[in-house]
Amino acid sequence: MPDRIIPFLFRTRGHKQLHLTDFLMYFYLTLGTILMFGPVVWGFVSSFKTQAELEKYPPSFLPYANKTIEIAGYDRPLSMYTVKLDDGSVAELAQVRRVGIEAQFADPTNPDELIKVHVDQTEPLRSLTLQWENYILPLQRFEFFTFFKNSIIVTILATLITLFVNSLAAFALSKYEFKGRDLIFLLTICTLMIPTTVTLVPNFLIITKLGWVNSLVGVIIPAVASPTSVFLLRQYMLTLPNELLEAARLDGASEWRIYWQIVIPLSAPAIAVLAIFSVNWRWNDFLWPLIVLTHTEKFTIPIGLHLFQGDYQIEWQYLLAMSVLALLPITLIFAFLQKYITTGIASTGVKM
Amino acid sequence: MSEISVQPQIRRQTQKTVRLLTIPLTGLYALLMNAIGLMMDFIQKRIGIRKMAYIFVLPNMLLFATFSILPILGNFYYAFTGGTKVLPENRYFAGAANFEFIMQCNNYLDPSSCRADLFWRGLYNTVSYVIFSVGGILLFALITAIVLNQPIKGRGFFRGVFFYPTLLSSVVVALLWKWILQREGLLNAGLTGLGLEPVNFLLSAEWSKFWVVFIGVWSNVGFYTLIILAGLQAIPATFYEAAKIDGASSWASFRYLTLPLLKPSLIVVFVLSFIRCVQVFDHVFVMTGGGPGTATQYIVQYIYNTGFSSDPPNLGVAAAASLILGLIILVLTLIQLRVTGSGEETDYA
Repeated sequence: MPDRIIPFLFRTRGHKQLHLTDFLMYFYLTLGTILMFGPVVWGFVSSFKTQAELEKYPPSFLPYANKTIEIAGYDRPLSMYTVKLDDGSVAELAQVRRVGIEAQFADPTNPDELIKVHVDQTEPLRSLTLQWENYILPLQRFEFFTFFKNSIIVTILATLITLFVNSLAAFALSKYEFKGRDLIFLLTICTLMIPTTVTLVPNFLIITKLGWVNSLVGVIIPAVASPTSVFLLRQYMLTLPNELLEAARLDGASEWRIYWQIVIPLSAPAIAVLAIFSVNWRWNDFLWPLIVLTHTEKFTIPIGLHLFQGDYQIEWQYLLAMSVLALLPITLIFAFLQKYITTGIASTGVKM
Repeated sequence: MSEISVQPQIRRQTQKTVRLLTIPLTGLYALLMNAIGLMMDFIQKRIGIRKMAYIFVLPNMLLFATFSILPILGNFYYAFTGGTKVLPENRYFAGAANFEFIMQCNNYLDPSSCRADLFWRGLYNTVSYVIFSVGGILLFALITAIVLNQPIKGRGFFRGVFFYPTLLSSVVVALLWKWILQREGLLNAGLTGLGLEPVNFLLSAEWSKFWVVFIGVWSNVGFYTLIILAGLQAIPATFYEAAKIDGASSWASFRYLTLPLLKPSLIVVFVLSFIRCVQVFDHVFVMTGGGPGTATQYIVQYIYNTGFSSDPPNLGVAAAASLILGLIILVLTLIQLRVTGSGEETDYA
């Protein structure tokens, strides 16, 4: 099999008409697109459905809901149905009640008269409706507003501190000769290889000692000094010409001034890549916040989502809506900076 | 007519807004930096230019020592002490008891004969997870990278498509898939539509194991694809032209040209995905919680359950287990690097 497919895949392109390989490739890419985007799209459209609609099986793709109507004399909105009447005509009526296989309908234009129809003759009248309540209710009634606020605080602060601390260290490691520099760099590289899981237990103790359990500081600080970031920034800063720094020194600039007015602006591409990684990583971080945070008012959005799922009978309508909100910022960042991100990763090999 | 004149206007408007937003931010930044600068310049006058480097690495090193190096050492302390207390002074020395607890087995291949049966179940589950996930990632990342390396229309778009899931939170990923896989979910609706029996995917041990691997590959393959793609693009086109002139078939040039030159990238993917897959936790924990039963309980969840979510927590055993995990990762990574011989440089300039 491979000896038949592979030549197709590797044949030089450039001929005018479509080749079988092109079909195979576009088939793979189409399938891939459906598979990669599908779950998110499905979650997105589902998040606008009513609870009744979510429980419907088999599901419909778009968020339909039963059309309802307010009729004077009834304390709740009535569902609309298309009803085939005895005389063969079809009418849109509101269902008042259903008893067994018989249902009673009221005509919205003439509400006093009730019509009895066999349920076989009726079909619910459905229309496209977006259930914005799915988004509003969890933010108001449950604590999702707090979760989002916490996540935003953690993401922004952690990213700023990460950029500051690591760029400063990378500056020193790339632009100065000093005793112990190689040792520091070696240590940094070594810890790149050590899995985070290994340090969970003692890190929890350190957090406890510092009194940071159940605080956002405890989530932010421990992972701020990241070897990956130092490595990435150092490699970039090495490419900046030292003559530039020398010239600045001759002009009387202090070392600090060289750092923030020359090196940082020139390292903007690397810093931007790192900022995106950091935002993404902090926004999605799960295991460490799960250990540090113990009270709902401190939860970040992933922890909130996870526990909301466990606390109640799964209320999918809220859970899906909040999941969509959680992936929205990352999706927007990606939509605008896609090229930057993918090329940045390909050239640095950094994983958030 | 109006379309032409409106667009630059909008652009100018946005530029103006962006500038208005950035002016206070850059101002704040400059203010902050100048303030720190006062202190830094004072220090520089005292210690001189050369020693400023120490000041610059200091914050990073302090944090690094506290939250990376100290914990690595601390792990040994926990692993060799017992008790239910978190604070080190309240713990008693336990010798190798925590390790003995984990290693006490009548038959290492049968987890139910072990005292720490959940550790061993987790370990074996992790082994099978790693084999299938790393295999799946290598296979699909390679195929996708090869396809994306062709001169096709919309290459940037498709590259983004495959990369997008890697950016999503594993919790959201788990919830989205749980929603699709549930008994009355989209997938079962599709199966019934095809006249097949619906399956309760997350209540079946075999299916859960499959989907956990599937979703792990789904959400990570894009990242590894980019690494392989970068490797492919680094191979000079002249090599292929030369091979073609020599009469090499496409399969031959893939087998004897692409694969060997791609080896460094493939090794990077192999090692990185291995290290990450061994530590699988997030999406599984949210989606199956380790279930049904212990079918998808992996080693990190064992550490989490033992150390943090059981009552009373047993930090000693958790630390011992994480040391064993760290050792396994270290040894296997070294073996991988040795076997794949990544020491010898492949150089093609």
